[in-house]
Amino acid sequence: MASTIRVRAIANGDTTEVQALIQHPMDSGFVKDAQGAVIPAHFIQQLSFEHNGKRVFLADWGPAVAKDPYVKFAFKGAAKGDELKISWVDNKGASDSTTAKIQ
Amino acid sequence: MRFVIALVSAALAASVIVSAAPASDAPDPAADAEAFRNYFVTKFPKVKLEDFVNGPYSMNKDMRRQWQEKEEFPPYEFALEAGKEMFAAPFKNGKTYADCFENGGIGVRQNFPYFDAKQGEVITLELALNRCRTANGEAPLSYVKDEMASLTAYMAFTSRGKPFDIKIPDDPRALAAYENGKRYFYTRRGQLNFSCASCHVQSPGERLRAEILAPALGILNAMPIYRSEWAGMGTISRRFITCNSQTRAVPEEAQSEDYRDLEYFLSYVSNGLPISGPGARP
Repeated sequence: MASTIRVRAIANGDTTEVQALIQHPMDSGFVKDAQGAVIPAHFIQQLSFEHNGKRVFLADWGPAVAKDPYVKFAFKGAAKGDELKISWVDNKGASDSTTAKIQ
Repeated sequence: MRFVIALVSAALAASVIVSAAPASDAPDPAADAEAFRNYFVTKFPKVKLEDFVNGPYSMNKDMRRQWQEKEEFPPYEFALEAGKEMFAAPFKNGKTYADCFENGGIGVRQNFPYFDAKQGEVITLELALNRCRTANGEAPLSYVKDEMASLTAYMAFTSRGKPFDIKIPDDPRALAAYENGKRYFYTRRGQLNFSCASCHVQSPGERLRAEILAPALGILNAMPIYRSEWAGMGTISRRFITCNSQTRAVPEEAQSEDYRDLEYFLSYVSNGLPISGPGARP
């Protein structure tokens, strides 16, 4: 299966702007399906971005975050060509990670 | 003899008058399309013609800025990739979608819907995709979202920039389908007594609660769309059904004759405007 994570990291001077889109149902646990059964909660709990082994962004998420979440942030200290590692873990223990080159 | 000539010339004069001012109930799609386009161009003199396909973003600066940022990382990307994979994946009998379409299905979105003279009905892209599946022994897909939206997203993407090229053949049935679509578009229905035109011809650019209404001109060029409100993709079928239920009318079945005729009419009057789908809408 293709990666659930899309990343684009662009260095501009000493600031690197990161955009990421993650494919995840992010079910809140409060929604019922067509048969009236509750769809169990299923959401990303932790999302992390690491640059050279150092964590530059950490998000503790809950069921209130929308489906297929999008994140955008900027950090300092990275250069073009560096690697950025992105990973997430959800409440069912599933996870995914990917690395992207900073452009 | 002189009397006969006088009669003939009188008849000629009468026929000239008739052709100069055709009866208003005689269908004339080409004139409709011109009048339709002129209405929007006159109403929105600052909007470039090809920009109408961007719907609400052609009408509101703030929304446009947000959208431009969104387009750098569009929410329909996952659907696009899924559509590409599905399109290339063979059926059980070894054939693919490409075998059902002209040019292997690449860059053909602008030719749909078309009038099929053999079957005497309007064939939309969604219908053609499902007919392709059933002809190859596969179960048809749901018309409203998910796989169907991914497939049409991919096909629209390969056709981006190509102008809508909908033809109405010289066939009374095709003209009747067009007229039926036009009638559907302008007929008021539902508890709120809205027609499609009430919102998308009379009030584009105006707010309907928090939404900015899209102009009917070019409204199908951006389909299918990722709607943040839906948290997912939706097809033309989904859009029509939702429009009907929002005006508290009873929606028809997806790909009903009325809906297909409506798509035929709406696409025809947007002839010449580029395909911009898949789109992203709030």
